[in-house]
Amino acid sequence: MAMTRSMRSPLGRVLGLGSAKEGVEHWWMQRLTAIALVPLAIWFVVAVLGMIGADRAAMVAWLHSPMSAVFAILLIVAVIYHLALGLQVVIEDYVHSEGWKLGLIIVMRLWCIVLVARGVIAVLKLAFAA
Amino acid sequence: MMISDPRPLSPHLQVYRWQLTSVMSILHRVTGVGLAVGAVLLVSWFGSASDGPAQFAQFQGFLGSLVGLVILFGCSVALFYHLCNGIRHLVWDTGHGLELASVYASGWTVIVATAVLTIIVWGVGLSMWTH
Repeated sequence: MAMTRSMRSPLGRVLGLGSAKEGVEHWWMQRLTAIALVPLAIWFVVAVLGMIGADRAAMVAWLHSPMSAVFAILLIVAVIYHLALGLQVVIEDYVHSEGWKLGLIIVMRLWCIVLVARGVIAVLKLAFAA
Repeated sequence: MMISDPRPLSPHLQVYRWQLTSVMSILHRVTGVGLAVGAVLLVSWFGSASDGPAQFAQFQGFLGSLVGLVILFGCSVALFYHLCNGIRHLVWDTGHGLELASVYASGWTVIVATAVLTIIVWGVGLSMWTH
């Protein structure tokens, strides 16, 4: 029998038992994105202060500087991943109908995917703008 | 499965005394949800800039309006609170600071830090804003 790193029984894993279905992964990714967001959020606040009253040209210039576009994309991805996990817990806590719970989680996650796409593509367009 | 016959709960929110611990805990969730809405603002900021100069100018104009400033202020308070209390949570995850005295001390520290960060950032921001 192969040694696996999971401590869950195969049946439990297949049935997705447990309130969050895959609890520890959720917990760990929440912490990981949180840790990443501490420096990223601080960087963003400082950057925004420099962008007060800025026009599009200033945004282009900013995102052309070495690490700005990288951090901007990491910020967008980390924020949206973190908020998706957080909102999922909120939905699971307060929505008791199984159907509504699943539906809301699906809609929320799809919305997050749209947000990530919009944000990342926007940064890339600005970073590569003439 | 719909709950067609919900059983009554014994009163808790109307009875149990509010404490710093419980208030800060629910505030962490409330600010989190608020920031989730604010994330749309974040994406829209980059999005409008990528759409073009006119669109970005319009969005920046909205941010500088009274409504925009109120929203930004709310988002910033939520951000600083959630950030500071989030760090408090991460420290708890290592197993430290879980004694009652520490919890209260770190709790007040988070509240003070939130206020200080808000004042500093808005002070700097407003002084840099030549509108």
